Amino acid sequence: MSTDTVDVARRRFLVNSTTVVGAVGVGFVCVPFLASWMPSERAKNAGAPIEADISKLEEGRMMTVEWQSKPVWIVRRSEKTLADLETLTESLRDPNSEVVDQQPEYAQNAARSRKAEILVLVGICTHLGCSPTYRPELAPVDLGSDWLGGFFCPCHSSKFDMAGRVYQNVPAPTNLVVPPHYYVTDTTILVGQDGEAA
Amino acid sequence: MKKLVITLLCVLLPTIAVADIKVDYDSHGQMISQEAPIDIFDRGSVKRGAKHFIDYCVSCHSAKFMRFNRIAKDTGMSDAELRDSLIFTRDAKGKPTKTGDLIVVAMTDEYAIQAFGTRVPDLSLTARARGADWMYTYLRTFYVDPYRPTGMNNAQFADVAMPHVLQSLQGTQKAVYVTEEHDGVTVEHLDRLEMIQPGSMSEKEYDAFVTDLVNFMVYLAEPVQVERVNMGWKVLLFIMIFFVFAYMLKKEYWRDVH
Amino acid sequence: MSKLMEWVDARFPATKMWNEHLAEYYAPKNFNFWYFFGSLALVVLVIQIVSGIFLTMHYKPDGAMAFASVEYIMRDVPYGWLIRYIHSTGATALFAVVYLHMFRGLIYGSYKNPRELIWLFGMFIYLALMAEAFMGYLLPWGQMSYWGAQVIISLFSAIPVIGDDLTLWIRGDFVISDATLNRFFALHVIALPFVLVFLVIAHILALHEVGSNNPDGVEIKKNKDENGIPRDGIPFHPYYSVKDIVGVVVFLFFFATIVFYFPDGGGYFLEHANFIASDPLKTPEHIAPVWYFTPFYAILRAVPDKLMGVGAMGAAILVLFFLPWIDRCKVKSIRYRSTLYKANIAMLVISFVVLGWLAMQAVTETITLLSQVFSILYFAFFVVLYFTSKNEKTKPVPDRVT
Repeated sequence: MSTDTVDVARRRFLVNSTTVVGAVGVGFVCVPFLASWMPSERAKNAGAPIEADISKLEEGRMMTVEWQSKPVWIVRRSEKTLADLETLTESLRDPNSEVVDQQPEYAQNAARSRKAEILVLVGICTHLGCSPTYRPELAPVDLGSDWLGGFFCPCHSSKFDMAGRVYQNVPAPTNLVVPPHYYVTDTTILVGQDGEAA
Repeated sequence: MKKLVITLLCVLLPTIAVADIKVDYDSHGQMISQEAPIDIFDRGSVKRGAKHFIDYCVSCHSAKFMRFNRIAKDTGMSDAELRDSLIFTRDAKGKPTKTGDLIVVAMTDEYAIQAFGTRVPDLSLTARARGADWMYTYLRTFYVDPYRPTGMNNAQFADVAMPHVLQSLQGTQKAVYVTEEHDGVTVEHLDRLEMIQPGSMSEKEYDAFVTDLVNFMVYLAEPVQVERVNMGWKVLLFIMIFFVFAYMLKKEYWRDVH
Repeated sequence: MSKLMEWVDARFPATKMWNEHLAEYYAPKNFNFWYFFGSLALVVLVIQIVSGIFLTMHYKPDGAMAFASVEYIMRDVPYGWLIRYIHSTGATALFAVVYLHMFRGLIYGSYKNPRELIWLFGMFIYLALMAEAFMGYLLPWGQMSYWGAQVIISLFSAIPVIGDDLTLWIRGDFVISDATLNRFFALHVIALPFVLVFLVIAHILALHEVGSNNPDGVEIKKNKDENGIPRDGIPFHPYYSVKDIVGVVVFLFFFATIVFYFPDGGGYFLEHANFIASDPLKTPEHIAPVWYFTPFYAILRAVPDKLMGVGAMGAAILVLFFLPWIDRCKVKSIRYRSTLYKANIAMLVISFVVLGWLAMQAVTETITLLSQVFSILYFAFFVVLYFTSKNEKTKPVPDRVT
């Protein structure tokens, strides 16, 4: 054994290159193991788009359907409620729905919906994931005299208006999420898909 | 002279009776399955087989580990095509079956036991349990047997409870037996199947039909096969590249030793 | 960096351990092909532990759900099929590697003084592996899982007096059932891996205490230079670490070939009947254990008496434990041993392989007769070795490795 005539540069190059190729290999090996934590086909199917029949939904009422194991609210709003929305701009954090991730493009409007009177929302508070309660009544004792109806999260008192927009000075950072949805017929909504083509 | 005639007959007979299915046995007396001419990479065949499978098998058999949309994805079908050609069922609540649902049947085990005297097996994994050749042979070797409740028996699967669902396509075959003497004992065994009533398909068409069906069932038993093989060579290629580096590194260090 | 190591070394012997076991562990410089299998066994064990952990995240150890959950892994879990095939192929690979590793120990006399404990730890590893593989094989809950377990557990009923109660206790039910599956799962994923890892550590510590043997069977520690370093030794790291990496890469090539192209190994790695869900009312037509158990299974089948058969099978494994004392020859390596010894080794290999093949055949009179002949030949190896090794005519062993 002798280490007198070692080509140090060559040795270093080979060590480094083998390490790099080996590290790439380890990276490849990690892929299937990490990917196996993604939702399985079973979970995806359980979370597949769901049809909601809104023909019996009365004005001012809310119905809940389950999509991806999350509550999805569908509310039929009155003309007055829609008119009230415009008066709130000052007290909201994001009145014009500028945070794009919170709604599909077609819901980035004043009413945050495809059809003005029908509101579709994922019923999960954007703060820490509780499900807020529906409080359509005007000026209740606990929410104050200027309450125009909306959603109130009992966990940390976040407040949202009748378009799911978050009020200022509450812990929730963003508006409630509008899920992808479209109208299959006038009275049937498919929640979970943007449209026929998608 | 007599010998010559017999030899000639033996050679010529199979060529005369074209449609006959010859039955051969191995040294243990087990029937030898015919080789199924399948190709799992032939997506068109798998797709046709899927349609046959849904049309003819799924009324009784489930494939409860398989999802409809997996077939669509792997054979290049759109959702609409999938709904049109494969999904005809509704779930227990009466809602249309979702594209991602498993292929289940409404028939309960209790009903099946009453009707057929046995549970109807799930077909998801039959190809891995029985093999393609077995299934191919099984689907082609039903024959008339008045002693069976269904009136049919099978050369590959003796006394099978399943009726010959494809009879209208294949036609009706009868069994021809031969007697042989083994160590002084006369035994009768099935020699070949003869077509006595042709079905709506020619022999060639029927064999192609069964091939597609078996091909689909082989796919069904392990849907990932094609992906697996396609991924395999890339992995092996990477390992070979890594080998070059590792080997050179080893050589370099071992110059100290040698 | 060195500051940090100083800080650690003052509290934990990190550098000391690195030097003792890698950088200043002097291994003989003449290791050949056979010496890859030790490090490979360790690599495959790690593969099994990692892939196994990920499988438990999706598998359900429940009699009603187990079979379906394996198909769920194969179809619905992203890359679940790959993880499952890695694990099932890994079982085969681990036994293949361990058998070759044991054979290396056999022909170079690595079990001899002063390495008897290494051999014993290794044998316990082998025993634990067999238990681990057997219990893991029940988990897919197919027909072969079920009936294989039924047969193996019934072996215990051959024990006089307590046999029947013992099998009942192992199963926790009157047949193999959910209770059995659940306890086998616990043993397979927690208890036995713990035991295995502990034994592997003991195996390696014992090896590093006395130093590695080599194909010449020469003790390199008997010839040290002025610094106390064996003249025929080279540091394990970097020399054998870079060499073993090459071995691992070549191994991975074969491993990946099986995983991607022959995952069921023609029915020998994943048996056909195991794709049918377990059914306590119907035995598959042909039951054979997975290939790595077959030689011992053939010995079991060769004996026409239940208790004697189980005894013979147990003895076939047990006798290996005593190898260090059965072989009384002072010369270690096959290179310097007698022709008779070489013929004896050849007979052992042939009988082991033939027994493995015989166990996969359906029982006929010829098969049984052959099984008996080769079972006797298997045991004959040890008898011949015991009586011929003491005064064996050996060749002179060199002072230094060649």
